Amino acid sequence: MNTADRAVVLELRGVSRVHGEGAAEVHALRDVDLTLVEGELVAVMGPSGSGKSTLLTLLGGLDRPTSGEVFIEGQSLADLSTKKLAAMRRRSVGYVFQDLNLIPTLTAVENVGLPLELDGASRRTARRTALKSLEDVELMDLADRFPDEMSGGQQQRVAIARALVGPRRVLLADEPTGALDSQTGEAVLRVLRRRIDRGGAGLLVTHDARHAAWADRIVFLRDGQITDTTASELSAEALLGTGRHV
Amino acid sequence: MALLTEGPRHGYQLRAEFEARTGGTWPLNVGQVYTTLQRLERDGLVEGAGAADAEGRIAYVLTDAGRAQAADWFTTPVDKTSDPRDELSIKLALGVGMEGVDIAALVQAQRSATLRQLQDYTRLKRQADDAHDLAWELVLERLIFSAESQVRWLDHVESRVRRARRAEPASATAADTERVRS
Ligand SMILES: Nc1ncnc2c1ncn2[C@@H]1O[C@H](COP(=O)(O)OP(=O)(O)O)[C@@H](O)[C@H]1O
Ligand SMILES: [Mg+2]
Repeated sequence: MNTADRAVVLELRGVSRVHGEGAAEVHALRDVDLTLVEGELVAVMGPSGSGKSTLLTLLGGLDRPTSGEVFIEGQSLADLSTKKLAAMRRRSVGYVFQDLNLIPTLTAVENVGLPLELDGASRRTARRTALKSLEDVELMDLADRFPDEMSGGQQQRVAIARALVGPRRVLLADEPTGALDSQTGEAVLRVLRRRIDRGGAGLLVTHDARHAAWADRIVFLRDGQITDTTASELSAEALLGTGRHV
Repeated sequence: MALLTEGPRHGYQLRAEFEARTGGTWPLNVGQVYTTLQRLERDGLVEGAGAADAEGRIAYVLTDAGRAQAADWFTTPVDKTSDPRDELSIKLALGVGMEGVDIAALVQAQRSATLRQLQDYTRLKRQADDAHDLAWELVLERLIFSAESQVRWLDHVESRVRRARRAEPASATAADTERVRS
């Protein structure tokens, strides 16, 4: 796996997160190291309670570690004030959840452009950038539809477009295919994979091995620790006969 | 034989088409193809279509009986696709009853290997999909589904053994072996 020459997008260094105190203490994560580079999609698997969601919230700067450091595009989150952290999050990180991803009163293109507008972009610039992002998930035609006029799979693709709109480079997905049937889930994964191939990096929490297999690496969490990492044995070149480095 | 339903073919063509449509998953040698054709001819299921070509090859066609049997083959369910005596089941059944065998590690190692396979198949499936190669994609999906089911079974084994160990912490022996086997 040749990832040494690609920019690091996300990094956890020795990260632990303890909830509660004394007898009620829960070690949700213990000394976790994880690095994602440009173009990389990493899947996280593990039993319920193993720390998957905690990992995502720390990576997205929604929570701070008890010890260790989180870096987004080389910037340590520990150095940021709460206000700067919020701005950083808006510009760099997008989430995709199992459901309730989109604002029902906004069209697809308005949903995708919203983070840009919140960050000060004009409506026109936001729309233009959002349309490009929708094109990346093959949804140009549905740009002016409202969420309830789209299928579940299409809505998740809009959420992916929003997660990686404009300057945003980090997609964090918690069971994004959990509410979809397996065929639709697979179609969403295919789009997500293509989108990450174009740039940015993604972390995907899933319990579905078939969906995890779309990732470059699969990481196992158990009791807050990474117990194993699985990367495809064959290089992409050997399998696909292209120059893509994995 | 199924390939002959599409028209006359000679041995080399049959082999080439079979391998192309199954992505080379089951390599055949041309000797096997000709032996099979001879057996089918003896049983009255195929017959030579005209004389040999310039290179001495004879094309074969299905007889009416052969056509009926090919149709049957497509519609008959395959049974016994999973063999409970496979090596993994044996490792687990033996390991569960032995002191000093780390079942969690065994399961984890197997799951990682299977997931790696799943990743490889998925990459190939992407490639097949981009090439609009439906036949190859279906073969790959068969491999993908069976790898996935193995992962799910391993998850099940792991939690099952954990629970059993917790229930009888001193020594989990013969009883567990029986349960895994059944
Ligand atoms: N805010 C919280 N307060 C107390 N415990 C928590 C909190 N969030 C998570 N936990 C605990 O941390 C562990 C990991 O949780 P989580 O990251 O949600 O796991 P997963 O997403 O893998 O199911 C669990 O034991 C959970 O109960
Ligand atoms: Mg969770």
